[in-house]
Amino acid sequence: MSKYILKRIALMIPTLIGAGILVFFLMRLIPGDVCELRFAGTGLYVDQEQIDVCRTQLGIDRPIFIQFADFMIGFFTFDFGESMWTGNPIIEEVGLRFELSLQVAIMATIVAIIIAIPLGAISAIYQDTWLDYAVRTFSIAGIAIPSFWFGIMIILGLLIFTNWMTGVPWMPPIEYRPIWVDPVHNISQLIWPAVATGYRYSAVATRMTRSALLEVLREDYIRTARAKGLVEKIVINRHALKNAMLPVVTIIGIEFAFLMGGLVVTEQVFNLNGLGKLFVESVNNHDYAMTQALVMLVVLIFVVTNFVIDLCYAWLDPRIRYS
Amino acid sequence: MALLEIKDLQTHFFTSAGIVKAVDGVSYTVEQGETVAVVGESGSGKSVTAMTIMRLIPWPPGKIVGGSIMFDGKELLDLSEDEMRDIRGRDIGMIFQEPMTSLNPVLTIGMQITEPMLAHLDMTEEEAMAKAVKLLGMVGISEPDRRLAQYPHHLSGGMRQRVVIAMALACDPKLIIADEPTTALDVTIQAQILELMKNLTREMNVAMIIITHNLGVVARYADRVNVMYAGRIIESGSAQEIYHNPRHPYTLALLKSVPRMDVQRSAKLDPVDGQPPDLTKLDAGCSFRPRCRFATDECAKSFPALEEVSPNHTSACFEKNNLDREVKALAK
Repeated sequence: MSKYILKRIALMIPTLIGAGILVFFLMRLIPGDVCELRFAGTGLYVDQEQIDVCRTQLGIDRPIFIQFADFMIGFFTFDFGESMWTGNPIIEEVGLRFELSLQVAIMATIVAIIIAIPLGAISAIYQDTWLDYAVRTFSIAGIAIPSFWFGIMIILGLLIFTNWMTGVPWMPPIEYRPIWVDPVHNISQLIWPAVATGYRYSAVATRMTRSALLEVLREDYIRTARAKGLVEKIVINRHALKNAMLPVVTIIGIEFAFLMGGLVVTEQVFNLNGLGKLFVESVNNHDYAMTQALVMLVVLIFVVTNFVIDLCYAWLDPRIRYS
Repeated sequence: MALLEIKDLQTHFFTSAGIVKAVDGVSYTVEQGETVAVVGESGSGKSVTAMTIMRLIPWPPGKIVGGSIMFDGKELLDLSEDEMRDIRGRDIGMIFQEPMTSLNPVLTIGMQITEPMLAHLDMTEEEAMAKAVKLLGMVGISEPDRRLAQYPHHLSGGMRQRVVIAMALACDPKLIIADEPTTALDVTIQAQILELMKNLTREMNVAMIIITHNLGVVARYADRVNVMYAGRIIESGSAQEIYHNPRHPYTLALLKSVPRMDVQRSAKLDPVDGQPPDLTKLDAGCSFRPRCRFATDECAKSFPALEEVSPNHTSACFEKNNLDREVKALAK
């Protein structure tokens, strides 16, 4: 097993280099650069000289392959440099938001699992009954409704509901405090975006659970389990769900990785300072260093998540474990 | 009193193409400790009959629409689902066709064998595990205690079928239903498994219904034989009688289609002509009529009833007494 883990970690390196090449050169295909953008913002006349000085300072006038080597070496030595826009160390800027994004992603995943697995199972067991239709309508709605719109509805709903209940409208807090500092404050702020995104996320996982379970329920070993006279609960929980979980775990993992960097609009709605927002800003500002670091971070999250999914596979399925 | 007495059993599948009468008035009995074979080609309703006895027909689309199943003095069709569950696995064990897929790939052999004991008998996990070791030894698996922690993919097809047999025997059932237990196995393994089942059922005095399309199996292992065609039993009798004195054109055709060692290798096989009928489009007449060499006008009018040819031998054919010449030809 440890040999397998080492092999998997070694395989991450080419993936990361490939992603590095892509983001590095694609960023530089966008016309204009951070220096032009910075002076354009001032609205004053700027001569070429000043722009050149700025470029020299940021090191973006050097030959492109030297810049690339610099970036790659930096990445593998965990030296990400400074943001080209704010000048702050990237580690600091990302660290500030990573915590929040990670927490929202984990909470959304928990929300999704709590909703998806029971609902998907109910839907499969009671296939083509009104329960199944109700669950499917609920999950189709989750896919159709954009999470940011659902987020707005949650905020409005909270305002109206608390106003009606207590006479004083209440809104989730805006300022972020880490969970270990003020758990109540933290949860009351982050549960709403987690529900808003978790709902959509659960919709995908519910449908996957349903179809995977339907397939498994047709298997011969389910018939064997029933012929043994086991109660239906054991047939479903022990014999069917464990087999049906493989594709569901994949979906959950991929969605989780996506949430880490992809919650741009939802972060906007709930006024959260997360990675998604930082991502958009850094691309808009042509902040090469920041964008590159963020892309590499997201790639790393995807690679690690995939690795965890594989470990889950091995845990769920002995055929994978023993080969 | 017979252990199992099925009367006029009817199981229909309600599909968009129409009602499929998969089991259409089947009656037979199984005595204590007896081995009864149910023979017929694919789609004749053999397996559906077995699943009907277990009341494991999935609804929709299948439904038991009529008849009676008396088992050990109880009418199975009147039992509640909970009462029926107590019978499955405890009083009636089942062995399936596909050993490769009928064991759960993610659960250990030990867990799968002990499950029925823990569900039905008042046993602790340790007792059940000890019994499982004993059962695995009985079905001829080497190093049984080591196998308990293994998974199905560690075992070959023949070994898996032995595990399935051990599972079916776990609660000392009164009846075992074996649905084509050897079809998916190599010929050499087939004989071993059948021999094993025969010996175990004899030792433990368990009755067995063996469903097969293999007439060789029938001749060797069954006391009595029921031949099914299109959802009905068309001939029934002792294995000896069915083999040497068939009284239904379908049985006759089946026996003639068996490849024989004593015939020249270049001789052509003699298959049963035509296709099995579409079960949604059966009329009032005999369902074998379109493929039958002996069919008369009478056959189109009504379905012949099972009538006695000789003691303990019945046939559902109007021409049952006019088959002598063919039967003699077969004997040669």
